[in-house]
Amino acid sequence: MAAEREPPPLGDGKPTDFEDLEDGEDLFTSTVSTLESSPSSPEPASLPAEDISANSNGPKPTEVGLDDDREDLFAEATEEVSLDSPEREPILSSEPSPAITPVTPTTLIAPRIESKSMSAPVIFDRSREEIEEEANGDIFDIEIGVSDPEKVGDGMNAYMAYRVTTKTSLSMFSKSEFSVKRRFSDFLGLHSKLASKYLHVGYIVPPAPEKSIVGMTKVKVGKEDSSSTEFVEKRRAALERYLQRTVKHPTLLQDPDLRQFLESSELPRAVNTQALSGAGILRMVNKAADAVNKMTIKMNESDAWFEEKQQQFENLDQQLRKLHASVEALVCHRKELSANTAAFAKSAAMLGNSEDHTALSRALSQLAEVEEKIDQLHQEQAFADFYMFSELLSDYIRLIAAVKGVFDHRMKCWQKWEDAQITLLKKREAEAKMMVANKPDKIQQAKNEIREWEAKVQQGERDFEQISKTIRKEVGRFEKERVKDFKTVIIKYLESLVQTQQQLIKYWEAFLPEAKAIA
Amino acid sequence: METHAEAGKEGKPSCASVDLQGDSSLQVEISDAVSERDKVKFTVQTKSCLPYFARTEFSVVRQHEEFIWLHDAYVENEEYAGLIIPPAPPRPDFEASREKLQKLGEGDSSVTREEFAKMKQELEAEYLAIFKKTVAMHEVFLQRLAAHPTLRRDHNFFVFLEYGQDLSVRGKNRKELLGGFLRNIVKSADEALITGMSGLKEVDDFFEHERTFLLEYHTRIRDACLRADRVMRAHKCLADDYIPISAALSSLGTQEVNQLRTSFLKLAELFERLRKLEGRVASDEDLKLSDMLRYYMRDSQAAKDLLYRRLRALADYENANKALDKARTRNREVRPAESHQQLCCQRFERLSDSAKQELMDFKSRRVSSFRKNLIELAELELKHAKASTLILRNTLVALKGEP
Repeated sequence: MAAEREPPPLGDGKPTDFEDLEDGEDLFTSTVSTLESSPSSPEPASLPAEDISANSNGPKPTEVGLDDDREDLFAEATEEVSLDSPEREPILSSEPSPAITPVTPTTLIAPRIESKSMSAPVIFDRSREEIEEEANGDIFDIEIGVSDPEKVGDGMNAYMAYRVTTKTSLSMFSKSEFSVKRRFSDFLGLHSKLASKYLHVGYIVPPAPEKSIVGMTKVKVGKEDSSSTEFVEKRRAALERYLQRTVKHPTLLQDPDLRQFLESSELPRAVNTQALSGAGILRMVNKAADAVNKMTIKMNESDAWFEEKQQQFENLDQQLRKLHASVEALVCHRKELSANTAAFAKSAAMLGNSEDHTALSRALSQLAEVEEKIDQLHQEQAFADFYMFSELLSDYIRLIAAVKGVFDHRMKCWQKWEDAQITLLKKREAEAKMMVANKPDKIQQAKNEIREWEAKVQQGERDFEQISKTIRKEVGRFEKERVKDFKTVIIKYLESLVQTQQQLIKYWEAFLPEAKAIA
Repeated sequence: METHAEAGKEGKPSCASVDLQGDSSLQVEISDAVSERDKVKFTVQTKSCLPYFARTEFSVVRQHEEFIWLHDAYVENEEYAGLIIPPAPPRPDFEASREKLQKLGEGDSSVTREEFAKMKQELEAEYLAIFKKTVAMHEVFLQRLAAHPTLRRDHNFFVFLEYGQDLSVRGKNRKELLGGFLRNIVKSADEALITGMSGLKEVDDFFEHERTFLLEYHTRIRDACLRADRVMRAHKCLADDYIPISAALSSLGTQEVNQLRTSFLKLAELFERLRKLEGRVASDEDLKLSDMLRYYMRDSQAAKDLLYRRLRALADYENANKALDKARTRNREVRPAESHQQLCCQRFERLSDSAKQELMDFKSRRVSSFRKNLIELAELELKHAKASTLILRNTLVALKGEP
């Protein structure tokens, strides 16, 4: 598989060269290499199982091709598997290999050709930018809808099945319009797979909606009240947004797990997503361990950009949380206003009935009707407050947590590199000692170990460079998306507010002549 | 105090009937008011060419308790039994507002300085609004008395308006409060007894209708008033919610380095303006709807009280009739029984006549007041909705126009 790979675009492939080029360039190499690696998956025979998944489904951490790449690749793969969440194992085993259609998105073929003529970096730049623009525009023509929540089964084993409909013109899919039934744990399973493949190399994987034991229990138990319908609707909308964000990510869109999720009629059940399963508990333990590790890693940040960005995201996180809390209060109070208006409408109607002056009585009844309509209006506005404004904020709070996670992975990567360097130093010292003590067999062993660790140091450095590059690109893309997202939603939300006011005008204008008619 | 002048014009729950403006022979107004620790001092100014007064223009300082004393004096006066006594103004209550201001002062460290300033501003405005309202209600009470042809000629009223010194009316002590409480129980017992008494036939359809009407009306208007209050408070809450939202958007905007910067800052500004509009909607609902309902709840209670008094007069009349019959059959003390019956009859008829007039006035007052307030309410709601639409649209244009 490694043999199939084209030599990387840049001849010597040293990380330093990349620094001369713009950030945008990095997009190019990784997508190209992803392309190149994916179709190679149907060739499992020569390689250990883990490598298939590592190489076919994910971007290779080692894109800068050195000659002894192959070895490092495998070494990399085994290491990665053990470091990351244990979920990887079951996922790897349950993966059906390959009814995977070779990936040939037309947009990315052109750059492939151009990549061979790397002599003119200027042309390189432009074409890359073009592709980036195309990638952001309508070529990524895929629309996802999540609809028709349907309860399946009874009692505590019941679950909600959602219809996931895809409409697309992308050729990687076998049809242009298709739908499947998925349950919530399927979505969690998808996220879990994507996260395990892409998070540790610096991709911002959109987080899945949160579990809610209370919410789901109510639904399972069969309470058909408004709070459980609201819960299901909230979840449906969240699942839809989750998928829409995921498919917008150019790298994730290429992922076969994602395709399988969208297309396959049958999906193996993702059991390890349950909160109280063994894997779930292990997840919690790992998270705790991670938190401790984060505190103890003291990284020498050589790149101010990362420090700046981390600070930025930290601030953004704080501000968004504050805003979110305030908007939640707004939603709550608007619902209260709606309820109070409805109650008032009723008592105004009663008062109108009592009133013995006919014209005033009629006017009061009209007032009651107006207030009833206004109550509806407030309710609708509260929904808009919530689904547009509040949910956007909570989505981004969780997205930023994913971004922070990616920065943390970079730190861990650095730590690994650092540790390798320290170990290398120790091995060199050991060798020196052996030289002095003159133990020939031990010296050979020491030399072997030194070579091993030199390679690891190089790998560590390469990984670190790679993840840094990926993060830069990802953050750029994320910020662009964020701006677009917020602007769209803000405009939609303001339009809903305008709607409400216009309706109010309509209602009061209709009432005014009634009030004037009181004689 | 300049704040008062405004209260006189717009803050007043103008539930008074139209002819208040017409009669200028006795003009009463509260020209100033000062709020101290736990009392409010009202400056009552009178302009009159009537002969009862020593001067044509004069003013005195009165406190709430003195208003209550005046009201009670009217209620206890037999001469006015056939009239609807204007309801007493409610006690000035700044407790809730003061508590909120205190809580704000105790401080919440997560609140920014701008937020704090705005919240303080809101609470101060609330305090001021309550103040204006209490001034208005005390004023309306006096003005209704001044406008009523019979009530305005009361001696206690003149004393209240003119006597320069303190009226030394202490607040009701425990015994008197209890007494008042018992009196209310007796009244409702009376009412029940009276209607249950066989033989007490309501002779007049008009009053029968009024009785059933007022009983139901009073309950329902009290209900409507309470619920209108809740709507107004929820609206106020909503307006207050915009403060932290605007502040958070503002911080977000200043932190951003991309195009969202201007978007967030514009949104922050928008919410600040929406807050003011929502606040105005809330206060207009308060004045035009809640306050009006509350006033007529009290006024309808006063009308009910009139009906009770009349019913008791009727009961007395019935009893006097029975006593007269008894005396006649026994042929003993017929004359005193006769004269007593005569008195009761006259009293009853006097009460009935004036009550009829009063109740009809009550109806026309109520109708015109509702009409005025409902029209003003609708017009104000429209005004605010249009203003909101305008600023929302402007912001949308600005946001859409940006790259």
